[in-house]
Amino acid sequence: MNFLVCISKTPDTTAKISFSSDLKTFNSAGVQYILNPYDEWYALVKAIELKEQLGGNVTICNVGPLDNEQIIRKGLAIGADDAVRIDCEPLSSMQVAFQIAQYAKSKSFDMILLGKETIDYNGSEVGAMLAEYLDLPFVSYGSKLDMNGNVATIERDIEGGTEVLEVATPFVVSAAKGMAEQRIPNMRGIMMAKSKALEVVAPAPFEDLAVVDHYDLPKEKSSVKMIDPENMQELVRLLHEEAKAI
Amino acid sequence: MSVLVYIEHSKGHFKKTAFEAVTYASKIAQQMGTECIALVLGASDHLSDLGNYGANKILNCSASIFSNFDSQVYSNSIAKVANDNGANLIILANSSNGKTLAGRLSVKLKAGSISGANKLPTISGNSMIVSKSVFSGKGVANYEIKSAIKIISLMGNSIKPEQVANNATVESIVIPTATPKITVKSVKTEEGTVPLPEAELVVSAGRGMKGPENWGIIEDLASAMGATTACSRPVADAHWRPHHEHVGQTGVAIRPNLYIAIGISGAIQHLAGVNNSKTIVVINKDPEAPFFKAADYGVCGDLFEIVPRLTQAIKDFKQSH
Ligand SMILES: Cc1cc2nc3c(=O)[nH]c(=O)nc-3n(C[C@H](O)[C@H](O)[C@H](O)COP(=O)(O)OP(=O)(O)OC[C@H]3O[C@@H](n4cnc5c(N)ncnc54)[C@H](O)[C@@H]3O)c2cc1C
Ligand SMILES: Nc1ncnc2c1ncn2[C@@H]1O[C@H](COP(=O)(O)O)[C@@H](O)[C@H]1O
Repeated sequence: MNFLVCISKTPDTTAKISFSSDLKTFNSAGVQYILNPYDEWYALVKAIELKEQLGGNVTICNVGPLDNEQIIRKGLAIGADDAVRIDCEPLSSMQVAFQIAQYAKSKSFDMILLGKETIDYNGSEVGAMLAEYLDLPFVSYGSKLDMNGNVATIERDIEGGTEVLEVATPFVVSAAKGMAEQRIPNMRGIMMAKSKALEVVAPAPFEDLAVVDHYDLPKEKSSVKMIDPENMQELVRLLHEEAKAI
Repeated sequence: MSVLVYIEHSKGHFKKTAFEAVTYASKIAQQMGTECIALVLGASDHLSDLGNYGANKILNCSASIFSNFDSQVYSNSIAKVANDNGANLIILANSSNGKTLAGRLSVKLKAGSISGANKLPTISGNSMIVSKSVFSGKGVANYEIKSAIKIISLMGNSIKPEQVANNATVESIVIPTATPKITVKSVKTEEGTVPLPEAELVVSAGRGMKGPENWGIIEDLASAMGATTACSRPVADAHWRPHHEHVGQTGVAIRPNLYIAIGISGAIQHLAGVNNSKTIVVINKDPEAPFFKAADYGVCGDLFEIVPRLTQAIKDFKQSH
């Protein structure tokens, strides 16, 4: 089976976030970037596990500039076979999905895996859009996936529970926690990654329909009010009268 | 012109998120001077309730095919209704199914789409500015949607459902559908509790609890308050609590009215999922715990003494109110 895994780059959660003085752009200087955890830990590792079980090839795909090759190499070190980078700045979910779709149409993938969302913008949109461009079924928030022939049984997270479903390849699936066990790249993987193929393709023309106009900083939290641990009546009173939370 | 709001239900019953979505859609429709149409796929006996929150027209296709969630079948149907009714804005709940549909619909209808909107958009002419919380609550992004058709999925607890005089019409419709490629085998949801993403009150506990056997005091507090329980990631990883209770960057992101964090240190990855809560109470024995910086109210001390005391205070309060 041929697997395509879409991977993205995101600021580390602990990164300090700042914007330009006119609030129009995000300041990326000095920000520590990582491979998006859902893509790395769950989508990519699941594809590798399935390949180990069933044979085939795992390709990783990123829409992004040259700098992103660092995270692509990490994906190769974890165990992907080859990679493609679509050479443009990702500006919207739809543009990313469109670019990946153009590439995927020229190949034949049995399964396309994504993370459930990127942890910076929490869009959770690219998977559904990509599936629509390719006219394929899409299963979001998969937390378990077993193959039986060409039919997958997938458990997906829904509000307050899980849904179990079946779908035949080809399909698109997004991965949530539980889908696979995180793997740490070893020295051999890192060495091998250097010689794996990383194809760079030019983007197709695309016009964005929704883009960031400007940013705001979140409202400052007023400082915490400490309550005497002996006096929980006081906390309840404040929650009722002041916070109007109960 | 119209605003179409897609309504989720569970076996015909509407949850709070459905009424939030209708309230949101109807307020925008009023501002745009157009009607608010609610669409329900699958059978429901409660259709006219949606009129209580401002829907002018309620469309329902009760075909049994909709008891099986297949995003292709669903999004084809919603797109058809959107086209038939000249919808230039589609509102969905920012739920696992809602986000899936929003993505498909945006490609199908060439509509700019924003997921996780946290307040009403600013409308000027044909453009709309929609805001959402980004970078784990460390920023707000304001997106401009420029396309003729626009799609917004609404983050839970972002607007209060508002009752209005009901003058809605209910119409049943037939939508041609193709055979689904996805077959749903089973759906398991926790009965009797409000799912976390929809909960207004959340009581959450972390590793400070020492072990799963101590969770009785958390459950007592939650049930005294009518709250849903949550936990930090190490607690779910150690199987002290079920996986769906895990909140944070790798778990569920929530924004309840009240989040009570008990024996949780407040690591940034935890805060990422909860710092949009309206009011945060932190109970921790360590005065240096980072969570206090994100809290509105803090109680410093031993949770095993404080939590039962708080439960009693809540019970006393409930009796006298
Ligand atoms: C990439 C990544 C993603 C992550 N995603 C998540 C996520 O989604 N959600 C999440 O929660 N974490 C996540 N984490 C883990 C996170 O960094 C923290 O390790 C975790 O949140 C800590 O859990 P905790 O607060 O329960 O435990 P601890 O950090 O061990 O804190 C326990 C707290 O309990 C207090 N305490 C102990 N005993 C008592 C007592 N008797 N009375 C009162 N207070 C007491 C202590 O003072 C301490 O503050 C992630 C980490 C990484 C690296
Ligand atoms: N620039 C990108 N290149 C490749 N894949 C991406 C990119 N951005 C997002 N994705 C994939 O789409 C998933 C969902 O992203 P999002 O819709 O932005 O939350 C991510 O987890 C990735 O798997």
